[in-house]
Amino acid sequence: METIFLSGFSVFRPEPGMILWALVFFLTFWFLVGKFAFKPITNALKTREQSIQDALDEAKKAREEIQNMKSENEKLLAQAAQERAVILKEAKEMKSQIITEAQDKAKEEAQKIIASAKTEIDSQKNAAIAEVRNNVGGLAIEIAEQVLRKQLGSDAEQKAFVQKLVDNAKLN
Amino acid sequence: MKKIQFFKVLMLALFVSLGVVGFAQHGEEHQPAEHAEKHEAGKHEEEFNLAEEALAHIANANAIHVFGDFYIPLPAILYAPGHGWSFFMTSKFDAHHHGNGEKAIDHYVMKHGVIHRIADESFPYGEVAIDGFAHGKIEKDGKEKDVAYAVVNGKQYLLDEKSTLDGGMLGGGKTSYMDFSLSKGAFTMLLVLLLAFWLFRAVAKGYERNKGKAPSGVQSLLEPVILFIRDEVAIPFIGKDKYERYFPFLLTLFFFILGLNLIGQFPLAGNVTGNFSFTMVLAIITALYVNFSGNKNYWEHVLWMPGVPSVLKVLILTPVEILGVFIKPFTLMLRLFANIAAGHIVLVAFVGLIFIFGHSGQSMAGAGAGTVMAFLLSMFMMAVELLVAFVQAFVFTLLAAAYFGAATEEAHH
Repeated sequence: METIFLSGFSVFRPEPGMILWALVFFLTFWFLVGKFAFKPITNALKTREQSIQDALDEAKKAREEIQNMKSENEKLLAQAAQERAVILKEAKEMKSQIITEAQDKAKEEAQKIIASAKTEIDSQKNAAIAEVRNNVGGLAIEIAEQVLRKQLGSDAEQKAFVQKLVDNAKLN
Repeated sequence: MKKIQFFKVLMLALFVSLGVVGFAQHGEEHQPAEHAEKHEAGKHEEEFNLAEEALAHIANANAIHVFGDFYIPLPAILYAPGHGWSFFMTSKFDAHHHGNGEKAIDHYVMKHGVIHRIADESFPYGEVAIDGFAHGKIEKDGKEKDVAYAVVNGKQYLLDEKSTLDGGMLGGGKTSYMDFSLSKGAFTMLLVLLLAFWLFRAVAKGYERNKGKAPSGVQSLLEPVILFIRDEVAIPFIGKDKYERYFPFLLTLFFFILGLNLIGQFPLAGNVTGNFSFTMVLAIITALYVNFSGNKNYWEHVLWMPGVPSVLKVLILTPVEILGVFIKPFTLMLRLFANIAAGHIVLVAFVGLIFIFGHSGQSMAGAGAGTVMAFLLSMFMMAVELLVAFVQAFVFTLLAAAYFGAATEEAHH
């Protein structure tokens, strides 16, 4: 076995030729693939991973933004609801105010109308009374005229006549 | 991690059992001290030696054996001190059966697809026809050593193996020449380099084309792997702010090792990740990169561990930590090499069983049953090897990332 090992086991001996070629080919391979293959590959892998990471980050950001928008929307909705309530309340208040104001105004107006009606009535009454007075005065003068015309008759007739006129006047 | 450990245990068990098989084979089929392999037709009476076959299969070669006597030639780049450089295609050796060349070119010959050199200076330069090869044993430093000879005109010339850097410790050492050829292993590396570069350019273009869109085609096949290395290896071990500097290196390591592991599963391709020289280069580059990236905190922990009594630091911690700086790449180198080489050896052993049963076939039933068993074992081993191809590429990258992480960690006291 020893002789075989020594004579035949040539792969175990460092040969200058093989060492030289191994050195040349390994260094060449290192240079070639390192420069023209592994560099672009690792760069491409890095860029791709970066872009994937960026996309993930962006998705996360977008999701957060949507979340933010949602909460903002909710906030807006709540605000709108509140505002609506306020507006409704104000409107209600305004409505009741308008109604009371209208009522007050109507009352006032009515008062005014009543008051002016009253004065009208008073003035009409006074005018009527004055007219009545005037009529009664005329009537009295008429009666007195007729009485004066009849004075030339008897006293009794006069008396009966006056009585008759008075009665007639009373009946009127 | 449990799974990885389980498979390591499995690999170890298989390796050990292979050792037994190989040893038994070697013992049984001990060849005569000297026998000649002649090229003449009809005279091939070689015995099948499983261990030799397995080691030859994982070994590097100077031509690619496709089938039978057909070999794809590769460029030979050789240097012999005193003679100088030689460049030629290995088709010039005229190699046919078993990858044994029929010609010697400037002292160089091809045996089993591997270039050897005739050291003898009396041998003529230029093209010389050779009759064949012979084996023998010589005494060297008190040890018996297997050697091979080229036979030319009835004379045997001793063949040198290429110089290796182990200084004779692993059976190699300095010889009369050095081999810088674009060998089968080197060619496989070049192939993986081009294929992987083309593939990753397609992926990179896919990212340009599908900018901002989902990945498609080969892009979606490789993206999970790239992301896995980034998210499960680079970022956890080095840290999110510092990993980018080391990420291309980690990817390069992972895909180069994985590509070579996977292509090594194909019969024609060379075994590169199971070659010590290759894993050594990877480990050394990684170690240099790690240690040059080391910050103050790292070197403080290596050289002068804070919060520990000085005596302990000088006697134990600092030596251990300095050793650790060298042991870490050493384990990286050994782990990958051993896992892949062992896997290939086991696979060749299982496939080799088919040939053993075929050769020894005294009983047809036994040979048939043995072949079925060997086939099933080979299938199982291939599945395991496929898994190991991924696991070892992953483990190398993971540990490299861990070392980078340790070297760049900031103080946290």
